[in-house]
Amino acid sequence: MPFINFNSLSKTYNSDAADVTALSEVTLQISEGSFVGVMGPSGSGKSTFLSILGGLCHPTAGQVFVDDIDLYSLSSEKRADFRREYLGFVFQSFNLIPYLTAIENVMLPLAVKSIPVDEKRDMAKSVLQRVGLEPRLDHLPSQLSGGEQERVAIARALVNAPPLILADEPTGSLDTGTSHEIMELFANLNNEGQTIVMVTHNQEIRTYFDRYLILRDGSVAEDSEDENKLLAKAG
Amino acid sequence: MKLESIAIYNLRRRKSRMAFLVLGLLIGVATVVTLISLSGALTSDIQHKMENYGANILITPQSDNLSLSYGGITLGGVTVDAKDIQQADLAKIMTIPNSRNIAAIAPKVLGAVEVGSERVLLMGVDTEKEFHLKRWWSISGEPVTDDSQLVVGQSVAEKLGLAPGSKVQISGEAFFVSGILAKTGSQDDQLIIGSLAMSQRVLGKHGTVSMVEVAALCADCPVTDMVNQISTVLPNVDVSAIQQVVKTRMHALDQFRTFSLAIAAVVLLIGALVVFVTMMGSVNERTREIGIFRALGFRRSHVMRLILTESFVVSLLAGLLGYLAGMGATEAIIPFMTEHQVHVAWNPLLGGSAMLLALFVGCAASFYPALQASRLDPTEALRAL
Repeated sequence: MPFINFNSLSKTYNSDAADVTALSEVTLQISEGSFVGVMGPSGSGKSTFLSILGGLCHPTAGQVFVDDIDLYSLSSEKRADFRREYLGFVFQSFNLIPYLTAIENVMLPLAVKSIPVDEKRDMAKSVLQRVGLEPRLDHLPSQLSGGEQERVAIARALVNAPPLILADEPTGSLDTGTSHEIMELFANLNNEGQTIVMVTHNQEIRTYFDRYLILRDGSVAEDSEDENKLLAKAG
Repeated sequence: MKLESIAIYNLRRRKSRMAFLVLGLLIGVATVVTLISLSGALTSDIQHKMENYGANILITPQSDNLSLSYGGITLGGVTVDAKDIQQADLAKIMTIPNSRNIAAIAPKVLGAVEVGSERVLLMGVDTEKEFHLKRWWSISGEPVTDDSQLVVGQSVAEKLGLAPGSKVQISGEAFFVSGILAKTGSQDDQLIIGSLAMSQRVLGKHGTVSMVEVAALCADCPVTDMVNQISTVLPNVDVSAIQQVVKTRMHALDQFRTFSLAIAAVVLLIGALVVFVTMMGSVNERTREIGIFRALGFRRSHVMRLILTESFVVSLLAGLLGYLAGMGATEAIIPFMTEHQVHVAWNPLLGGSAMLLALFVGCAASFYPALQASRLDPTEALRAL
């Protein structure tokens, strides 16, 4: 059984004018440890794909299994628990909480867990160290650069040690140099075995993925794997 | 970091937003506290004034005859014969359960005396209490302060040609008119008023009194109860309440209290609306933030707890500051409302109630916004900006 399994998944948005089909009959599998890029033009269904995989958006038909869990058979509260235990989100435009410092933002997913406060702080410190942002723990997001905010967002996604990282346009608001630094960071995480699914329309970073999907009009138009990367990983 | 710390950080680092929230509720609480403590202070002020304004319980000797007198017109003889009241018994009045509601006991002895060629009614009174109780008496000259002095009613003064400083002979004793009682339009105009001890001696009624007026009023006990209590300790006399006086006073106090409570309720409602609207606005403003929390795996109950924790802290602060502000406002306003020096008490019950009220209103007003927040679809919330 693959780690992620989409079973003829469809999503239709009902609007006043007409029903919009965001995804139609998508069936695919993603195995553990892969770094998958999901690309496609705007309106191709990328965001919906990620929202459904993230347990945030109910599909119209079909099922999603992550680690054999049928996501949408769970209650909404159980799905929140699932997100907390299985997922790390890296949002477009970082989505840091403006009134919390870097380290507090990182500790956010731990806030509802009953772990001693000191331990939470240590966990947050160690992931911030991993993303290279140790000296600026107590700065508010507004005092950090775009690249630094992105690192905080990645640290927040990692702090729970989730099996799956979902990233939505993480380089969308970064310059080219910083984009590559961030992609290197993701690549390193992936090399350590982290499964990552990333939505992007940035063609330049395509080379970092070991598999990429191109969505068009709600269907998978292209699904290709980078043989060399897969071989390197297998080796 | 715990869930509650997120709420605290939010309040601490967005001070102006928190100040606005606190202010909305604070104004409501402060107004209610002001109105309640103001009405409390004024009620007791009015009550105090009324208690000292004339009597409302009358103690008279038991008599088998009906009185043939009304409004100063007397048909037939006045029956002052009966068994007089023993002055020593009056101390028993202070043993009744409601004794602390008795403002004054004013005993009187009545009897006819010869002054020159005229027969005049002499009333012996406990001078200090009587002149205190009859606030409407206006005396030109001085009130009675010792046994040799008299105050005479207007009609008596005219008839006998008396003025302050005049000398009068009663039963062979010389007295000095210290003051003339200005016209009252009542039987008082026909009296000569002297001290109780002197009158008892002159009238030969040692140790007895003819009637007693009692001034008593309390907000929370019916005067009829006190009448019954006095009848129990003084079984051989007639005790009756002057119902008209009692009812009017109670009615005035009740109306004042109802009025201030109604205003307080309206103000509180407005305060609750302010909190509701502000909280609702704050939730809308935080849609995206709530979406992030939900995406990171916060349950709906966690989001509600977060928002209600904030409301709790805000309400607690507003309750405390509102109470202090309300008491301050009362202290500032009270000199304009009454000429008396009214003491505004720091009432811990009112303080506690203000806190509870603020908590209840604040949390109730934020409950719906918190529920709305927890119901937000995370994807919608994340797309909001």
